[in-house]
This record gives sequence, structure tokens and C-alpha cells, in this order.
Amino acid sequence: MGVPVQVTSRYRFAAAHRLDTPALSPEANRKLYGKCNNPFGHGHDYILDVTVDGPVDGDGLVVNRAAFDAVVRSAVIDKLDHKNLNVDVAEFTGVVATTENLAMLVRDYLTAAWTLPAKLVRVRISETQRNTFVWEAQ
Amino acid sequence: MLLTRKAEFSASHVCVNPAWSPERNQEVYGNNANPNGHGHNYLLEVTVEGDTDPVTGMVFDLRELKEILNREVVDPMDHRYLNREVPPFDRVVPTTENIAAEIWHRLEPAVRRPNARLYNVRVYETADLFVDYGGAGAGH
Repeated sequence: MGVPVQVTSRYRFAAAHRLDTPALSPEANRKLYGKCNNPFGHGHDYILDVTVDGPVDGDGLVVNRAAFDAVVRSAVIDKLDHKNLNVDVAEFTGVVATTENLAMLVRDYLTAAWTLPAKLVRVRISETQRNTFVWEAQ
Repeated sequence: MLLTRKAEFSASHVCVNPAWSPERNQEVYGNNANPNGHGHNYLLEVTVEGDTDPVTGMVFDLRELKEILNREVVDPMDHRYLNREVPPFDRVVPTTENIAAEIWHRLEPAVRRPNARLYNVRVYETADLFVDYGGAGAGH
């Protein structure tokens, strides 16, 4: 049995969002989401760490770096970077653009585009230096 | 209880399989295959798992762990050309995966104690790329 090996690569994207749910009144939204409910929206420099797991192949690699970067860039970064999540990203129509939901969307984007032999096991998104959200494969 | 200690070493390397054409090496290793080598400031995070000793209140003696990291990793690898000066990288391609595995194999016997064992080796090649060898992947 081999020792587990994981490779994590870091990416960045800048995006705007506003947290607001039509299920609640304007007052209740302000109370729930605070500053994140400001009507004109605001933005973050998100940091995305993607982790894959798999055996080290004969080339000494778990994953080809260029192929890894290509799938994350085309499946995620190109769709989210310098976008307004609420307006430009169709999946957030009717879905609150919390970073929890963003992490799940990134997981879905990656899963749909995944062609690499290594297994996708973790998506970690930092909204700010103080707030980080992690999805992990069970 | 998990205990993590960091160490740094700066080294040069080149990722090339001598059996392949230059084009094939570029395809697999990208600019890591540039023939004359290049360098990184590698950051190492070593995690030891164990039970806190009831007398000392410690999982592992930190000074001893520092000495082990220096002896097994930093002294032999810092300011070296891995492919030329640090076996087994004269014959094993020094990808970050293989560097993490080599560090694991050097450290594992040295940190083995009745109450503690090596849990994970994390090697950052750059701030944006790291490999975990060992416990971080357990369960997957």
C-alpha cells in the first residue's frame, strides 16, 4: 500500500457579489448579511486552493501541472475572474452568492470538466484572510 | 495531537527523463525541464502525531526535531544542486512529489518514538504549489 500523496495548487480570482435572498424582507436581509447586503455589492480577491490525490506515476508526478492549471483556468477562473457573481454567473440566479455556495459551484465546475487521472479531493476558497471555506470528498 | 515544524532550504534542480526527447520532457515537466536547471526556496512543514508525554507535556522535543530536520534534510539539501549532489536525485527525477517522498523516508525512522510517529510531510515548491505526503491524504 502506498503512502497517500496530494498536490495542491493555488489560484486567484477577483469578483463582486452581494448577499441577498428574496425569501426575506429587506430589513431581515440587512440583519442577516450585514455589510454583505449593501445594495451596490462589493468585491473580494478570492484565493482558491485545489487538491488532487493519486499515485505518483512513472514520471514522478501525481498530476501534470500544465493539465491541472488548464482545467482549473478554463473550468473556473475564466468563468469567475473579474465578474459580478450575482449578474454575470447564471448559476447564482436565485442562489445567494455566499462563499459556501461558491465553493460548491467551483466543485461542480471542476467535476463537470474533470479529465485528469488524479482524484479531486478538496476545494478551499478564502474570501478574505479571515474567512475560508472547504469542500472535501468523502 | 499533531505538532508541525517548518524548515526551509534553497536548492536547484531540473526535471528531465534522460530517455525522452527534449520535446517530451517539456510536455511532461514544462519549464521545470529547462536543461540547465533553476532553483526554488523550498518550504518544508513536518507534522508529527503522538500522545503528549505526561511528564514533559510535550509530543516531541522541539529542539530534537529541529536537529533531525537539519541533519536529515536542510544540511544535505540546502544550497545544493539536487540532481548532482543529493542522491537519489541523480537517478530519480526531483519532482516535488519525489522530494516529499525522499524527505518522508529520511525522517520517518528518525522521529519514530514509542509515543510519536511521522504523520505528514508538506513541501512547498512555490507559494502556490505544494505536495502532502502521508497523513493529509489518509482516508481518501
